[in-house]
Order: sequence, then structure tokens, then C-alpha cells
Amino acid sequence: MTNHWRDIRNTDLILINGANPAEAHPVGFQWFMRAKLDRGAKMVHADPRFTRTSAVADIYLRMRTGTDVAYFGGLINHVMQNNLFHDAYVRNYTNASFIVKDEFAFNDGLFSGYSSDKRSYDIASWAYKTGSDGFATRDLTLQNPRTVFQLMKTHYSRYTPDVVSSITGIPVDDFNRVASMVGEMGKPDKVMTIVYAVGLTQHTTGGQLIRSAAVLQLLLGNMGRPGGGMNAERGHANIQGNTDHAISWEILPGYLKIPAPGQKNRDEYVAASAPKKSDPNSWNFFGTNYKKFLTSLLKTWYGDKATKDNEFAFDFVPKPASNASWMTIHDQALKGKMQGLILSGMTASSIGPDSNQVQQALSSLKWLVVMDALPTTSSEFWHAPGATPSAIQTEVFMVPTTHWIEKDGSFVNSGRWSQWKDQVMPPQGQARHDHWILADVFSRVKKLYQDQGGKFPDPIMAVTLKYKDPLKPELDEIAQEINGFDLTTGKRLSTFANLKDDGTTTAGDWIYTGSYPDSGNLMKRRSGISDPQANDPTGMGFYPNWAWSWPLNRRVMYNRASADLDGKPWDAARPGITWNGSKWVGDVPDYPATMDPHDPKAWLPFIMNGEGVGRLFSNGMVDGPFPEHYEPVESPVQNPLHPNNSASPVAFLYDKVAGRPNRFGGPQEFPYIATSYRLTEHEHYVTQHVPHLVQLQPKPFVEIPEELANEKSIKSGDKVRVSSKRGKVEVQALVTKRLGPMTVAGQKVYQIGIPIHWGYVGVSADSDPSHGRYWLANALTPFVGDANARTPEFKAFLVNLEKI
Amino acid sequence: MTEVTRREILKIGLAGSGAIVATGLGFDVAVAESTKVKQSLRISGATESHSVCPYCAVGCALLTYTRKAANGSVQLLQIEGDPDSPVNEGRLCPKGATAMQLAISPRRVEAPLYRAPGASDWRKVTWDFMLDKIAQNIKASRDATFVTVDGNGNTVNRCEGIAFAGGAAFSSEEGYFATKLMRGLGLVHLEQQARV
Repeated sequence: MTNHWRDIRNTDLILINGANPAEAHPVGFQWFMRAKLDRGAKMVHADPRFTRTSAVADIYLRMRTGTDVAYFGGLINHVMQNNLFHDAYVRNYTNASFIVKDEFAFNDGLFSGYSSDKRSYDIASWAYKTGSDGFATRDLTLQNPRTVFQLMKTHYSRYTPDVVSSITGIPVDDFNRVASMVGEMGKPDKVMTIVYAVGLTQHTTGGQLIRSAAVLQLLLGNMGRPGGGMNAERGHANIQGNTDHAISWEILPGYLKIPAPGQKNRDEYVAASAPKKSDPNSWNFFGTNYKKFLTSLLKTWYGDKATKDNEFAFDFVPKPASNASWMTIHDQALKGKMQGLILSGMTASSIGPDSNQVQQALSSLKWLVVMDALPTTSSEFWHAPGATPSAIQTEVFMVPTTHWIEKDGSFVNSGRWSQWKDQVMPPQGQARHDHWILADVFSRVKKLYQDQGGKFPDPIMAVTLKYKDPLKPELDEIAQEINGFDLTTGKRLSTFANLKDDGTTTAGDWIYTGSYPDSGNLMKRRSGISDPQANDPTGMGFYPNWAWSWPLNRRVMYNRASADLDGKPWDAARPGITWNGSKWVGDVPDYPATMDPHDPKAWLPFIMNGEGVGRLFSNGMVDGPFPEHYEPVESPVQNPLHPNNSASPVAFLYDKVAGRPNRFGGPQEFPYIATSYRLTEHEHYVTQHVPHLVQLQPKPFVEIPEELANEKSIKSGDKVRVSSKRGKVEVQALVTKRLGPMTVAGQKVYQIGIPIHWGYVGVSADSDPSHGRYWLANALTPFVGDANARTPEFKAFLVNLEKI
Repeated sequence: MTEVTRREILKIGLAGSGAIVATGLGFDVAVAESTKVKQSLRISGATESHSVCPYCAVGCALLTYTRKAANGSVQLLQIEGDPDSPVNEGRLCPKGATAMQLAISPRRVEAPLYRAPGASDWRKVTWDFMLDKIAQNIKASRDATFVTVDGNGNTVNRCEGIAFAGGAAFSSEEGYFATKLMRGLGLVHLEQQARV
């Protein structure tokens, strides 16, 4: 989230896409309702399924899954054609005025630079025209036909209400009603928020679905403002914190890129990785400080072995040859190239995608370590119903770990609030902390290398373990390490502005510098709502002394954009930060605290990117600088915009590239669209072990639209088989009006809904005669993902439906 | 203890309605007093601690209550929403409200379990056995799949044959520590729930 949960109450209009917060994030949803009840905000829910969120929305739009680019593209078109954008914001705070190279083009669904052999783009033409000073050229009148503004206007002119309706299935009148409401939000004293979840991310176009919404928010001037922003609801307690700390193949802590082969030193790495300044008034804070952040990280990890002479051990950081993400791990296992997998609190068998293929991948490993407090479908995969244990040669370790309540440490919520928790209970049974297990294993590996030698042991020997007990580090010690130190004074740092690239500072994750300064652990703070006058001085709900929010305890990111060129809030009633004549006051400013906005040299508002302004056009995506609608890989229709290039032209096709048989199905055999989701009473798979929750939602089911059920003579409670090209589920039918037929590209289509929570492990499975043999929802989902992030396309695929 | 039936509660409600304005409490004190249930709080004298809900990422703050028994064991008495939190204001969903059943569970894996290749059963093993074997596997797979210099002559120092995935239930500091150690081993396949 650019903003945070409580801030949603500050909005005028809430667009909810790819999400069902009333059921999946019910307690966070109270802030949506407060906006509605306290300030008369409107709520629009666009979703394939009518949910409890829809029930309290002002407008519900039944939308075909995965078509949000068309929806947002239509809204962008409405705003641009009718001049409803926030004019001053768009001119000054976005790259609308930047002039794009003449070579950039878009034809029949393809951007310039496409290679069909490589299924990828050469992005050289996706760039600004530069002047003699090397900076991008601009036309602040926005009239030049090569400005981002004009190119974008042309690009989205194809997204008329009729086209939007044809792609999304949303009736034209309903779309127009929403467009009128959204069009009001470009007024400076209005603000809209967009809230989304994995219903946007889990598509082959996931990154662009989200970008299309962000582009709309920039046009309306809603980024950086209380009550505005792009707000992702995350689904696990600490998925945010552990993304920040880079348990992700492509980054190092604090969103630094993983180095690539060929980069020999820090300067080459920074040149290839950091944003570049493209306007004289751009601060380019991230790019300017990239080397300091990296050096401080290397110094933290490799201590005395990181010196000026060896480029601070830059060589120790592994450099991947190519993508190494979730699906790649299993793809490599299927190819026999992955020997071992360590899973912690994550079960591959249930997650999939294409669970049957993933089970094959697990069977192809030499060894599998499952670190968990409770059995999972992966720890038990070798004796799953239907499996032959003697044929599975994978060595499996079930390592009992402690629960959240048995250790301290912080959880970071969707709104970036890092909240420290106490250790409440001692470990149950023989369970051990994950980090103690990892420390112990690491120490044993190190001993083996010391005794026997082996491949390049240097980094293993160098990794710093300066804890009171290196086998049992305290999370408090690690929190201090993450915050970082000034090595010349030995004191903890209070801001990343003081980090250096000469090896005199450390920071395990620069965005957390300031979370644990010399004054103590700020994540423990609990100055809450019992005293709003003292604890919420601005009245905006920031509660700055409740926990700590990255970066620097800022509650709304990009908040310089909440104020106009003079530093006055766009809406005086909802200030983010305000220039008081000598400094910025309000939230922690995302800007130098005393920089006078009237100074001709004042930085542009978006300090983290090279342009200094929000990017309506970006070369940061592999599938195009403007979001474009592509069909899911499995779709019942051809793309009405460009049938020759119907689906994403650059999504990576694992099975095809590996030479495995095709596992995608077509609409003749699999005529129905399916999508998957959560229920209120379960959280993925772990809650299958919680008896109260199993009582509330005991058995797996699929939701079937009433009209389709009638065609097939299926009644609620009947057992049905839902099958895709990859597998099947056999569960009970729930016939419902919540789903219904839609007209898409002139044809009638149905969508089926599949909750994800069940499998062959848990209380329900234990009492089932088949032991949940065909309960894995992800047995159906396709092994293909977003062109950028490789997030699987869990949310749109084709199935057949039969009564059994 | 006075037993109050549903019918009597309705009667109390009706009888009290006339007194609501008078007391401002919404119920009639006199009637309520007459049906007082003798009860001491389950959490009286307990240790209060701060936690955070382990499920989704709304980040509902929790208050937990524990008591040390005579034999030294710690009893978890209660988990509830923290009313002072600007995030949840004391509220919890069904998952958070039943967090005690996740915290204390007879379904927990009590001891390290090992399944040999092709075996049809788990075997209980010691921590030493398990950690030694995992360490040996890591070293063998790392040595077998480690690339120091790639085909173009670039120093890459990467281990291609081991993957680590998970961490959305870790405390942040554990996650950071896992990243540090796994990158230290040279892993490039490093993933967690954010991807899926």
C-alpha cells in the first residue's frame, strides 16, 4: 500500500478490483465502511462474483476475470477525452509532458521492438527524446503529438465504452455510471483510492493490470494524498516484511536489484541497476544513493571480509543466469537440475500452479526440507492419496518449527506498519525457531567446508554472525543489524540519509534504517486511539507513535504530491504535508524537510525515480510502456482489440520452452472460465488444522451460476467434477446467483468460482473417505505467469463441469 | 448462580426499557443487579503481552493473556483484539478470534521426522541426525551445482541446484536472516508467498 488501512476512511470514492476485502480482509474493511458512513464516500466493486463487498458497494460490476486493463483503460479514455484529469498535477507531477522517441510505436497489439522468436521486446525505442544536456525533452503545453500525454490519449482512444463492455462483460450503462463518478475525482478537492489484491496480480498481465490503475490515479492527481493511492491488500501476516527483506530471487533487501553476470564491481552494478536522472530538477534520490545502500548491505553481511580492496566482497553475491522464481524452481526440478528444496511455511503442492506437475517436480528432487509447525501437503506429498511412496525417491525432512506466538520479532502489515510482537509462549514440544534451525544448519555446513573443503567456501566463512550466541541469535539483535550502525561511533543510525559507500556504515535493509535508532526499538510503540489528541496530532489517522512505518515512519508515500506547487495541500481538509514557510509539516515528508517549493531548483515531487515525476509511460515493464489488454492464456474468446495478438506476446511458456507436452486447454473441450479465491474462515491451507474454522467451512465446494447449473441439472450439494487440461477437483456444487452469465465479444460465457483452501491434509481430509484426493484447487491452474513478475495465472483459466 | 432463561432476558429487556433514559446504561441496574452472575475473570492476574494476528496482512494487534502454572508451564488463557490499535480497534475476524486453536494444537509436529527415499513411513529422529543430514545434503548439492565462472567468463558464484521458498509467517528479522544465509550459500532460487 502507498497509504495504510486507516487512511481509507479519508477517501471520496473507492474502486475495488481483484479483491473482496469484506470477506478476505474483513477487519481492514471497517475503514472502507467508515469512509462510506462518515463522509458519504461511494464504493464500486468490479468482480466476477457478487460478494459481501458487492453487497455494500454503491455499484457492483460483474466483470470477466482478468480484463481490468480494459476497465481502467476505458476510465483513462473517459478522463482524457473529457479533460477531467487534474491539470496542474498531470503537467507538473507526471511525465505527461515528456517527449518520446520517434521510433516508439504500437500496432496490432504489439509495441515496437518485438521479436516473435524470442517472445520478447527490445525496449530501446521505449525512451524519451533527449536534448543536448542529456535530459528528456518536454512540452508543458502537452500539444506535441509525441508527448506521453498525446500518445497515451491515442492509445486509450480505442477503449470506448462499447469496447470495454465487449471485453469485460460490464454493461455499457453501468460502465458509464462509474466513469462519471471517477471523472469527478480529478478535481483537486476530491480524492479516490484504488484497492486491489491478488485478483489483479495473478494473471499473465498482472503487472499491467495494476499499472493501468496507477496510471488512472496519476491522471486524477490521487497519488501521494491521504485518501488516495494504490493500495494492495496483502494476504499473509508478514508477506510485506519478507518482501522488503528480499526473500525474492530478483532483489536484495530494500528493493536493490540482484546483480547480474558481467557486473564486475559496484559501479558497474549501479550503472546497470539504479534509476538515472532524466530531468535537471529530479533529485533521483534512490539512484544517487544506490551505491551507499549496497555497500552498507555488503558491509553488514560480510563484515571484515568486505573491504575497499575487494569491492566490499561484491563477488560474494550470487549472480543468477536468468529468472529463478517460483515456477522456475519447479521447472528446474522437472528438468532434473534442482536437487534440493527448503520450504518454510509454504506448501508447493497446494499452491501449484498445476499441482500435479508440481508434485512431479517434488518427486524429481533428491531432497525436500519442510520447516513448519504443522504437516503440509508438501511434507506429506510422497504418501498423498493415489501416490506410490516406493516410487518416490525424494528424501523428506519434516522440521518442527515454532509458531508466531512462540517468538518475538516484527510483522509488517499491508500499510507498511512494522509492529513488534512479544514472545508470549515457550515453544511447544520439540519445536525450534526457524532462524535457530537455519543458524544451526549453516554452522554445520560451514564445519563441513572447514573439514573437507569444497566449492568456493569464502562467502560461507565470511558471513557475519556476531550474535551473543551465533547458533541462537535473538531477533532483537537482528533488528539492530537491519537498522544499521555508524561503525566509526558504534551508534545505531536514525536515517538512511547517513549511509555511506566507504564501508563506515552498515544497514541490513536501508528502508528500515531508523526503525531501531539509539533511542530504542520504535516498532514496539503503542500510542493508540485511546488518546487521539495526543497520538494523532494531525487528525489524519497517521498515529505516528503506533509501531513504525517504512520509510522513516512515513505513513503516506510520495506525499510531496499531496501539496500543490506552492506547498499547499490540494485539499485543505485532508493535508498530507504542508509548506509552512520554513519547513514541511504534517506526515513525515517524502522530500527534504526544509526545501522551499518556490526555489527554482526545488526537486520534483517523486524523488525515488529518475524523472522526478510519476510515470504514465514507463520502460520498466517487459510487456509495454502503456498497459494493454491481452486475453488470459486460456480464454473462450479472441481479443477484440487485436485477435492476431490475443494473449500476452511475452508471457514465458515454461512447458513449451522445456519441450514438455502442451498443458493448456481450449474452449471446445473446456468451455467455462474459472477463477479461485479465499473464504473468510480460512487462510490458505494452515487453517485446515484449526477445528473451529473447519466447523465453520467444513468441506470444499465450487460455486456454479444458477443458469449453468440448470442447463446441467446440477443442484446444490450434488457432487461435481471440474476439470482442466491439467487435472480435476471432485467436490460439492454450490449453485448461486452470485455468479451469472455474461456477454463477452458477442458470446455468452459463464464463470465458475473455486475456493482454494482444501487438500489431503487437515481436519476435513481426515474425516473424508477419499482423504481429500481431488480437493486441490490448484490441480486446475495453468503453469504460466505474469510476463514481468512470473506470478501464476491462478485467476483465469478454462474448465469443464460435469455432474457425477 | 442465578439461571436466566431466554424468556427472562426478554422480560428484563422490556422491564429495563423504561429505565434506560434514567440510568443511561441501556439496561435497568436494579434488574441486572438482581440477576448478577458470580464470576471472576479468566484473565485476572494474568500476564498481558502484545502480539499481532498471524493470518492476513491487515495486521490486527492482539492482546494475549498467559499464566504460569505451579509446574512452571505457561498457560495461554486468552487472545483478543487490542482496543487501542489504530488498525483494528479491538476487532478480529473469525480467524483472528480462533487464533488460540492455531497457537495450541494437538496437531503440531512434535519431533523431527525423516522419510528415507522410497520409504512408506515417517521415522522419528533426533535433531542432530536431522540437522547433520540436511547440512550434508546442502554441501553435496551445492558442490555439485555451484558455478564460479559462467560460459562468458563472468564471476557469478552461484549455487543452481538448491532452492529456498517461504517466509510469509516469519518475523521480519527471521526472514532477513534467511536471506542473508541463503545468499551466503550462493542461492539464486529464493522465493516466498509474494510471488504466488
